[in-house]
Amino acid sequence: MKVAVLQFPGSNCDQDALKALRDDVGVDADYVWHNDGSLNGFDAVFVPGGFSYGDYLRCGAMASRSAIMQETIRFAKEGRPVIGACNGFQILTESGLLPGALLKNERQKFICKDVMLEAVNRTSIWTAAVDRTISLPIAHGEGRYVIDADGLKRIQDQEQIAFRYVSNPNGSVDDIAGVVNEAGNVLGLMPHPERATKELLGGNDGLLILKALSLVNA
Amino acid sequence: MAAFTPEVYSSMGLNDSEYALLTELLGRDPSYTELGMFAVMWSEHCGYKFSRPVLNRFSKYKEAMEGEGLENAGVVPLGDGLGITMKVESHNHPSYVEPYQGAATGVGGIIRDILTMGARPVALLNSLRFGPIEDGKAPDAIVRKNRYLFDHVVEGIAGYGNCVGVPTVAGEVNFHPNYSGNPLVNAMCVGVLKMDEVTTAAASGVGNPVIYLGSSTGRDGIHGATFASEAFGEDSEAKRPNVQIGDPFAEKQVIEATLEALATGAIVAIQDMGAAGLTCSTVEMASKGGVGMDINLDLVPMRENDMSGYELMLSESQERMMAVAEKGREQEVMDVFHKWGVHAVVVGYVTEGETLRVSRRGQVIAELDPKLLTDHCPVYHSEQTEPESFRKAAAFDPSSLPAIDPHSALLRLLGTPDIASKRYVYQQYDQQVQTQTVWSSGAADAAVIAPSGAKKGFSVKLDGNARWTKAHPLRGGQLAVAESARNVACTGALPVAVTDGLNFGNPTYPEVYWQFSEAVEGIASASEIMETPVISGNVSFYNESELGEIPPTPMIGMVGVLEDPSKAIGLSPRLGDELILIRTGQPLSAHQGLGASAYVVDVIGTEDGYPEAPDLAAEKRLCALLAKLASEGAINSAHDVSDGGVAVALAEMVIAGGLGIKAVLPAAQLAAAQLFGEIQGDVVVSSSNLGKVKELSEQADLLVFPLGTTTAGATLNLTGLFGELSWNLAELTSAYESAIPRLMGAADLA
Repeated sequence: MKVAVLQFPGSNCDQDALKALRDDVGVDADYVWHNDGSLNGFDAVFVPGGFSYGDYLRCGAMASRSAIMQETIRFAKEGRPVIGACNGFQILTESGLLPGALLKNERQKFICKDVMLEAVNRTSIWTAAVDRTISLPIAHGEGRYVIDADGLKRIQDQEQIAFRYVSNPNGSVDDIAGVVNEAGNVLGLMPHPERATKELLGGNDGLLILKALSLVNA
Repeated sequence: MAAFTPEVYSSMGLNDSEYALLTELLGRDPSYTELGMFAVMWSEHCGYKFSRPVLNRFSKYKEAMEGEGLENAGVVPLGDGLGITMKVESHNHPSYVEPYQGAATGVGGIIRDILTMGARPVALLNSLRFGPIEDGKAPDAIVRKNRYLFDHVVEGIAGYGNCVGVPTVAGEVNFHPNYSGNPLVNAMCVGVLKMDEVTTAAASGVGNPVIYLGSSTGRDGIHGATFASEAFGEDSEAKRPNVQIGDPFAEKQVIEATLEALATGAIVAIQDMGAAGLTCSTVEMASKGGVGMDINLDLVPMRENDMSGYELMLSESQERMMAVAEKGREQEVMDVFHKWGVHAVVVGYVTEGETLRVSRRGQVIAELDPKLLTDHCPVYHSEQTEPESFRKAAAFDPSSLPAIDPHSALLRLLGTPDIASKRYVYQQYDQQVQTQTVWSSGAADAAVIAPSGAKKGFSVKLDGNARWTKAHPLRGGQLAVAESARNVACTGALPVAVTDGLNFGNPTYPEVYWQFSEAVEGIASASEIMETPVISGNVSFYNESELGEIPPTPMIGMVGVLEDPSKAIGLSPRLGDELILIRTGQPLSAHQGLGASAYVVDVIGTEDGYPEAPDLAAEKRLCALLAKLASEGAINSAHDVSDGGVAVALAEMVIAGGLGIKAVLPAAQLAAAQLFGEIQGDVVVSSSNLGKVKELSEQADLLVFPLGTTTAGATLNLTGLFGELSWNLAELTSAYESAIPRLMGAADLA
C-alpha cells in the first residue's frame, strides 16, 4: 500500500500529509511532482492543502489542469481511493471529480479553528470508521461549499454527503464539510484530517478517516 | 562627475555633513547611483547611526560587531544537533501608508532573514499597535481609520503567512491614542536549523559566481529604507509607491528552493535582498567577506526593461535573494531554483581586492569600496533629557483614586481592546500548518512548537507594554523581558534568548533618546540577570505623526526550551484543581501595582504613576520553578498576572477552562490594588498537588498563596477587602469575547 502525496507549486500541507501518513497512519507514502504524468506504483492519492499556483485565477483551477491531475482523474475512475483536503478539495471540484464548488467564507475572512463534524453517510471507506462526532481543524478563506438545488438533491439522495459541520463556520450549504463521488472512492473535505493524527497536537480524530488508507488492498 | 546640490542628496535623506563625509571618503564626487547607495546604507534602518552607541549595551551585539558578525551569535541550541534562530523586524511606516501590503511584506522579509541563516522558518509572531478603535476615544474619522488599519494589517499578515505555509502562533495587539498616525507592525520569525550548517552572508572565493535568486526586479519600494527612517509628513499618501508588493506564492517557492539548494553544499554565502535591495546585498556580502564584486545589472531579471542602474540598485521588490556559489557548481544551484519555477541568474563574480563595481549597459555606474558604506556610517550621540512628566508621576497616590464598583470594573477591563480576546485576529491566522504546534494563541501564555525530528521543543512569545514603558522606560524595558520570560515559563519552558523590536519616536529629540537609552538599559540589564541574551533585534525610529510621538514601545521576543514538549501546559485549569499564586515577593512601592496599570489608565482614565520594579533574580528563579513544576507534572496550568492584575488573570482562566473559581485574594492595602494591581512576578498555577508546589516554591525562595479551587458552578467568586463578589461565566465570556468583534462590526465568533 503506497499513497501518492501530490505536490503543486504553492502546496503547503504536502509535508504534513506525508509525515502523518508515514508516522501516524502507518502507510508507505511519497511525493509526486505536479508535472509528472504517472501514478505507477501508487495505490491511493492524497491531494494536499495550501495555495496551489498561489490560488491565482480561482482556488484549485490551475492545479486541476496539471499533468498529475489528468492522471489522478484516470486513477479515480478506476475506483481507486483519492482524498483531497482543503485546497485539495477545491482541486477535486475544479477537476470535476466531485460536485459543487468552494467559495469565499460567508464572513469573508480566513478562519482557523477546530470544528466538530458528523459523518453523514457511513457507506464509503472514508466514513465507515467514523462512529462518533469528531473534532478536526479548519484553516481556509474559501471553504463555503455551494451546489445548485438539483445537485444538492442529487448528492443528498445518492448519499454523497460525507461530513457535516455541527456548527457551520463558513456558510456552506446544508452544513456540508465534505462530499464523496458517486462511487464513494473520492473524498473531498475542507477540514484537515492530516493535522489531527497526534494527541500532542491536540487530537487524533483524523486517523478515523485516514486509517481507511491502511485498509486498501494494494 | 559633478557635485550634487543639497536638494538632490537631502531628497534621498542625506544631510550636509553626511554628503561632505562621503565625498571625502571617496576622494571624489559620487555618481548618482553611488549617492543613492550611500543614502540607503547610511539610513537609520540599515546603518543604525543613532542607535549603535546604545545597542553596545547588549553584550552579544557588542561582541558580534567587534568580532565575526551577528550570524553565529543568533543561534540557540535545541539538542540533537539542531538549533533555533529568530529575529523581529518592523514594518511600521509602510503599514500606515498601505496596511495590507506593508504588513504582508514585513512578514515576507523576516521569513527570508531566517531562511538565509540556513533555517526552515517554523513559526511567525507579530506585535501590533494601533490608535483607539473605540468610539469617543479619538475623533470619529480617526477611529474609522484605525479600524481600517487594524483590519487590513491583520489581513495582510494572514494573507502572506497563511499562503507561505508558516504558522502564525502568537502575538499581541494593543491600542493607544498616540499610535493613531503611526501604527506599529513588528513581525517575528523563528527558524530551526542544523547547528553545523549555519550559512554565512560573507562572500568569498575569487571567481565564484554571484547568483540572483527569486522574483524579478521592478520599480516598487525604491528608497524604502530611507522612507522607513523619516518621520511622516503630510505627503505619506504620495509615498504609496515606496511600499513593496508581496507575493507569498513566490516566497513559498523561494523557501523550498533555497533549502533544497543549500542542501547541495554548492552555496558559499547567501543573503536576503530586503531593505535597500541589490545595494545592501552586494555591499554587505562583499564587505563581510573582504572581497570585491563585479555586477552586471543587464543580467538582472527585470519587470520593465528600461529600468536604470539607479532604480535596479535601489528597488526593494520582494522575494529576492543573492547567493555566491562555488565556481563550477552554479548550474546545480540554478537547476534547483528552476525546478521550483524561480529565477536564478549569474549576475556577477567575486573579485580580488575590495572594489564593488556595478555596470549597466556597458557603463560602470558605481565603483567603490563596500566598507565605506558598511563601516563608515556616521554615528550620532544624541542628547538625553528626562521629561518633566516622569518626575511628576513619582507623586502618584493610589489611595486618592475615585472609588469604582469592582464588579463592573472587572467587566470593563475584560472588554478593553488591550485585554479583550484577540480571537478576531488569531482566528484569521493559520496556526497549525507544518503540524508542529502544540499550543498557540488564546490557549496558553506562549506558543509551543514541537519541531519534527527533535526530541525537545520550544516555547515562544512576543510581548511588550508601552503603558509601563512610557511611565518608566527603564522598568518598562526590564518588565518586557521579565514578562515575556514568565509567559514562556508558564508553558513549562526555560527561557533562553531574546530578540528585541525597539520602536521609538524621533531620536534627535532629547526626551525620546532618553526613553530609548533607558529602555535599552532595562532590557540589557534584565537579559543579563535572567541569562537570556539578546541575540538579534531591530530598531525603528521616527515613529511620530502630527498627533505626536508614539509611546516608547520595546517588544521582546523570548524563546524557551522544553525538554519534553508533551509536558507543556496551557492556561486552562481542570476541575478539582487548587489555584495557587506564586510570587517573587519584593516589597510593593507606594504605587501598589496601580501605577500605569490598565485599571488606572483604562478604567479611571489617567496615565499616572510607575509600574512596579521587578526582582529580576527572583524572576529567574520563578521561571526555573515553573519549568520544573511542569516537567514533574505538579501543575496542570499556569497563567501570568499582567494587565488588570490577578482578577483579570483568574477571569481569563475561568473563561479558558469554562468552569468556576472560588478564591480568597492575598492581603493588600486597597481593594483596587488587591484585585487589579499589576504586581510584577506573580503567576497563578493550578495543581492537584499543592504540597509539591509549596515545597518546590519555598525551596526556590518564592512566596506561595493558596487562593482556592476550581468549581463546577460556572462562577468566578472572589473574597477580599471588597467583600465577596461573583461574576458568572456567561457575563465574563461575553465581555471578553465580544468586545473586538463588536467594535469591528463583526458577528460574535466563539
